[in-house]
Amino acid sequence: MSDFEPLLREQTPQVLSALVRHYGHFDLAEEAVQEALLAAAQQWPEEGVPDNPKGWLIRVGSRRLMDLLRSDTARRRREENAASLAAPEEFVASGPEIDDLGGRDDTLTLLFLCCHPALSAASQIALTLRAVGGLTTAQIAAAFLVPETTMAQRISRAKRSIKQAGSSFELPPEAERDARMGAVLHVLYLIFNEGYTASSGTDLHSAELTGEAIRLVRGVRRLLPDDGEVAGLLALMLLTDARRPARTDADGGLIPLADQDRSVWNKEAIVEGEALVTDALSRTRLGPYQVQAAIAAVHDTAKRAEDTDWAQIVALYQVLEQISDNPMVTLNHAVAVAMASGPKEGLALLEPLEADGRLADHHRLEAVRAHLLEMSGDLVGARESYLLAARRTTSVPERDYLQSKADRLDP
Amino acid sequence: MTVKYMLLIYSNAESWAGLSAEQREGLSRSHLELSRELTEQGLLVSAAGLADPITTRTVSVRDEGLTTTDGPYAEAKEHLAGFYLVECETIDEAIGYAARMPDARYVAVEVRPVMDTSGLEM
Repeated sequence: MSDFEPLLREQTPQVLSALVRHYGHFDLAEEAVQEALLAAAQQWPEEGVPDNPKGWLIRVGSRRLMDLLRSDTARRRREENAASLAAPEEFVASGPEIDDLGGRDDTLTLLFLCCHPALSAASQIALTLRAVGGLTTAQIAAAFLVPETTMAQRISRAKRSIKQAGSSFELPPEAERDARMGAVLHVLYLIFNEGYTASSGTDLHSAELTGEAIRLVRGVRRLLPDDGEVAGLLALMLLTDARRPARTDADGGLIPLADQDRSVWNKEAIVEGEALVTDALSRTRLGPYQVQAAIAAVHDTAKRAEDTDWAQIVALYQVLEQISDNPMVTLNHAVAVAMASGPKEGLALLEPLEADGRLADHHRLEAVRAHLLEMSGDLVGARESYLLAARRTTSVPERDYLQSKADRLDP
Repeated sequence: MTVKYMLLIYSNAESWAGLSAEQREGLSRSHLELSRELTEQGLLVSAAGLADPITTRTVSVRDEGLTTTDGPYAEAKEHLAGFYLVECETIDEAIGYAARMPDARYVAVEVRPVMDTSGLEM
């Protein structure tokens, strides 16, 4: 499929949303689109790309959907009433041929549907990648390191849940839209993180997922160019992904921000991300993605690690703490305060987190404590904390990094 | 995000021998039902029962020499009898599935997160 894959993936959400808008039946429409994509991948290399690829895909998808609706109706009829003599066709209105969308783009509606609150986060991610991203089940399964059958079950279950929830294919009412938009952006953020945290340079899947998340959020931004949080999320992804070439060594070991070779950071992405977040902050309603992007921009624009404007980062974390209740923010705030004002001040900020059950046993709290204890000169305490953090993490590269920090403090 | 959890089923020869035929049948049925449900939910990565420890060989290599001994490594009455690898959003969800195995009543089921090769620069 490789030659046509970008073209096909670009068309997927529009073809799918055209079918769903016309016929309903999200689950069957999704099936039909996958088959239309497959037909295109088989026929286009031999017959050439049609003049109107989208129209072609919609026509083939519609025909396939009619078949599926007929067999679905027939199956249900057989189950419900084997004696009925009515022809299955009578149960299915043969819809009008739809060639185009009259210029409308339903991608956003489709995203809202895939990020339906009735689904678990894992299912929202899988369905979004498949229906909006146009990835195959095999590609999604490979990215999440699960068997294809597991991912196939997850996707068909998600489709069933949407069907049961009886969602109609339309944008949620204005009042709900903000909350649902939050879920959509969160899912795109999770897809990005799934790709970004994968450490090894040989893992192709990781770069594909971050690329996919960036592509999807760019698509949302085209539809909602004035939304500050969409711009903020895109900026955050660009500014974070810009560091990818520097964040692991040849063996897949993690390199902390302060030790990264900044000359290999992706400058183009940094320039684009910084411009996006600066613009959003100056003219849209403030939100957590914009503030996180602003923090990433301060890091990315420092020529050397020691030039980092920690005072500005502290100020941004104070803003972020006010708009999002997340102990991880407090933890990062503590690091910034330690860098700006010294380890004692940073350690003091960790105390409320011990009482807050959400993070008490988390390896990252222990890792930060270790780091700040080391800064303060308590090397014995630091070593103990590094070792405890290394035991608590379930990430191999993080464990190796924390273990090596402890080894360096070996008395 | 989701984490993969290993649900390790422990057994011991005595408690297994002490089960009635109905209890053994019930145990199989519970596992079939659980596997089906986990499959339908898209949570099951893999699952299998392990053969009796009598079939086990423990392999060790010391100074380039390979030795094998009969039986499992740990000299405990309890042995590993089977496992499920599931992908859950929280450890509590995994604990919930472990608790549904009859083995949890006979001996115990251990829940362990699986190490991941990914991470963030710290």
